Amino acid sequence: MTTTAKPGGRPANINQIGLTQPDYHGNPSTLCQGCGHNSISSQIIASAFDLSLPPHRVIKMSGIGCSSKTPAYFLNRSHGFNTLHGRMPSVTTGATLANRTLIAIGVSGDGDTGSIGLGQFKHMMRRNIPVVYIVENNGVYGLTKGQHSATADMGQNLKYAGVNELPPIDVCIEALVADCGFVARSFAGDARQVRELLKAAMSYKGTAVLDIISPCVTFNNNDESTKSYGYGKEHEVRIQDLQFIQAFEEMQIDYEEGTEQIVQLHDGPTIKLKKLDRDYDPTNRWEALRLLEESREKQEMLTGLIYINESRPTLPEVMQLTETPLARLAPEQLRPTREQFNEVMAELM
Amino acid sequence: MTVTAPAMSTQEGQQDRIVNDFAIVAATVNGSGSQTANNTLIRALFKMGIPVSGKNLFPSNIAGLPTWYTIRVSKDGYIARREGTEIVVAFNPKTASEDVAALPSGGVCFYPDDMKFASMRDDVIYYPLPVKELLKQVNPSPKLRDYVANMAYVGALVEMIGIDMDEIIAALNYHFQGKASAVKLNLAMVEAARNWARENLTKQDPYYIEPMNETEGMMLIDGNSAAGLGALVGGMTVTAWYPITPSTSLVDAIAEYAPRLRHDPETGAATYAIVQAEDELAAAGMIVGAGWAGARAMTATAGPGISLMSEFAGMAFFTEVPAVIWDVQRMGPSTGLPTRVSQGDLLAAYYLGHGDTRHIVLLPGSMQECFEFGYKAFDLAERLQTLVLVLSDLDLGMNNWMTKPFEYPTEPMDRGKVLTAEQLRDIQDWGRYKDVDGDGIPYRTLPGTESARAAYLSRGTGHNEYGIYSERPEDWQGNLDRLWRKHDTARTLVPQPIVDERAGAKIGIIAYGSTDGAVQEARDRLQSEGIETSYMRVRALPLGQTMTDFVQKHDRVYVVEMNQDGQMQQLVRLHVPERAVDVRSVRNCNGLPMSARFVTEGIREQEQH
Repeated sequence: MTTTAKPGGRPANINQIGLTQPDYHGNPSTLCQGCGHNSISSQIIASAFDLSLPPHRVIKMSGIGCSSKTPAYFLNRSHGFNTLHGRMPSVTTGATLANRTLIAIGVSGDGDTGSIGLGQFKHMMRRNIPVVYIVENNGVYGLTKGQHSATADMGQNLKYAGVNELPPIDVCIEALVADCGFVARSFAGDARQVRELLKAAMSYKGTAVLDIISPCVTFNNNDESTKSYGYGKEHEVRIQDLQFIQAFEEMQIDYEEGTEQIVQLHDGPTIKLKKLDRDYDPTNRWEALRLLEESREKQEMLTGLIYINESRPTLPEVMQLTETPLARLAPEQLRPTREQFNEVMAELM
Repeated sequence: MTVTAPAMSTQEGQQDRIVNDFAIVAATVNGSGSQTANNTLIRALFKMGIPVSGKNLFPSNIAGLPTWYTIRVSKDGYIARREGTEIVVAFNPKTASEDVAALPSGGVCFYPDDMKFASMRDDVIYYPLPVKELLKQVNPSPKLRDYVANMAYVGALVEMIGIDMDEIIAALNYHFQGKASAVKLNLAMVEAARNWARENLTKQDPYYIEPMNETEGMMLIDGNSAAGLGALVGGMTVTAWYPITPSTSLVDAIAEYAPRLRHDPETGAATYAIVQAEDELAAAGMIVGAGWAGARAMTATAGPGISLMSEFAGMAFFTEVPAVIWDVQRMGPSTGLPTRVSQGDLLAAYYLGHGDTRHIVLLPGSMQECFEFGYKAFDLAERLQTLVLVLSDLDLGMNNWMTKPFEYPTEPMDRGKVLTAEQLRDIQDWGRYKDVDGDGIPYRTLPGTESARAAYLSRGTGHNEYGIYSERPEDWQGNLDRLWRKHDTARTLVPQPIVDERAGAKIGIIAYGSTDGAVQEARDRLQSEGIETSYMRVRALPLGQTMTDFVQKHDRVYVVEMNQDGQMQQLVRLHVPERAVDVRSVRNCNGLPMSARFVTEGIREQEQH
């Protein structure tokens, strides 16, 4: 089984909707040099460009923290909302109900998601809000100068806060038990994997959670920290090698049965998963939980697509909303007719 | 069976008849289904053309605690809570003694004949009712027994004070929406009790109902239903909420009427979304997100919910996102009295959020205004690009009030200053927070606008006119100054006070919300005592020139309200500081709706000093 992608007739630096990569840029970052978050922002830019996302249809959502500043650093042609600490899920819920055609990209951090926002995070997944929810996870509070976050591993040692004695909240396990249908973990130092996962997440119709270990170079980058570059480079274990394949190019996908697995998304795109050391099926939720528990015990930095299942309807689907976004309905669609109204009045008499 | 009612000490049958001017209180057990009996009574009286008002004093409880429903009939059209009721239906053994003790001399008590009183008052007329016997006759299924039992007092009242049976039947049909078996069963009890009373009780009290023609063309409704209808007519597209008394029935009303009024006729798809959030924090976040993306978004809550919503309230103010919060006020602080009325959230609502935050606050005082503000709140929120809080209260929201039918809106919706992609093309220099028109209101774009120049980043942090992060002192100050300019614009756009000035009045009364009825009645009483008053009913914050003028025209003003701190009094004093000492207060904060007596006495006493 072999076919190759049809060669496009356009120059490589222009995407399907005629935009160049700089059209997806944001303002210069004000985060520390070398911050993992900056490389994630770069991959968001690259992914949106590659997927030819129309910037005006994207909304960039965030909470509060270093990570949540980043929507200013990508996709300047997209509306954005830097909301409140831990509350991005609810604002995104409202925005995607108001306009179901928007493509929401949310950026959060480990404090924003794992502590103050844990409740909203869980309920967002329960409702299956259409959003790419990125947790830029560094195990530490940066803007307040170095406290442990709730995702810090046991034994994490910080100059300001000392040794962490409490077990971590695992963002991916929380996502799995909340019935999230797209759960992945990656490492900011693994640019290619981040990009492939982002593209898959941006093509997924419900809540897609990406827990990306994103080292804080200022407060938590000692090699012994499980959230450091050094640790990631030494200990990252990829579950599989993954490749995102877009739908718009007519192609047959070539894969080797037994060593490769194909996951088809709702409107055409495909994720090709090449097996590495283990035989793992990311469509099995029980296996996913077992894998995460085992890797947690080993303090492995396990990365890749952990779970995927696109069967659950999103909230706008559950609510059977009009295809026309609520925010775009004409006044006559929003106000009942005088006759309808008078009928109700007559009943009340 | 023989029944002997204690003889009256006064001359029976010779006293003056008291017609259509008294109050009945039904004291029952919460959860026993007395609501059906009470709704039937009030609707029948209303349909007989008599002005009525109903006040439900209920506990924060599913079942078992005492509840009191007061029906006032008033030939003069007064609808405020009346202190003292002449007739008690003592159907709750736990409160019966107290209920009877509260009667005035000459009062009337209906009670089940198996209930024992420790002592009987000799200045009260007792009408015992054989409820158990009647139940045997009617024979409802065991699970309906308690419900049907309450219809006994309906039947007895029909007979003893003269309620039209046809109207009772019509009211039962209305209540059960034509469900024949339920109507039949309840009616059987009413008739059994009525027949028994006719044969066994002798009328000894002076209270009579006679038909009038004062309610023609009117209807009975609660403020939460009125608000829900108003929101649907106003194009509400996203409601996010968390259940809390006494606001829950507002969202229930939306959910009840929306499928009829707001589904796309061709596809059947919903043109609205209702989300029950995980808490009030999330509910507020959802309406801010929805408002930002262009929806007409609202929530309904009460005091504790307002506390949780304060962080998003501040954010909506500062990021200039339209949204509407209905606060159906109950008694605070803290959990307070969840099923009792207050106007205690006024200052909290006005200033909700940290830093220098100020909001638009609407103050409906009638069913008409609950409906109108239901849609006007959206117009104001979008025009002013800000949060609008509508402060209703438990009395308005959950009790039945007479009203003229609501009018279909005459004005088109005002969606405010929203730029389209085409409009953006003609604008050289667009900045999200630029004050182009000098009214403090900038122009916004909605996510999804197909233009490379439409985008901006909303943020709760300091920003310049273009929405770019800024810590520069002049940017910060300039932005706050513009927000204050916008607040001044709001003074002229919000519903203006309703003023009734009487010639020669040296004193003015200022009130708002559900106290209107009590104030109007009190003014008549004071007038009859020779105290002439003018009256201004405030309908919104911020206050404007009308308030200044009203205070200046009078020697003294009395601010009538239901909170401990005199919250509106404080705002009036701040608004007209040179007259602060002349701004006095008449306030109660005991959980009961305002009464005319309280207002009258409060003003009279202070006038005497």
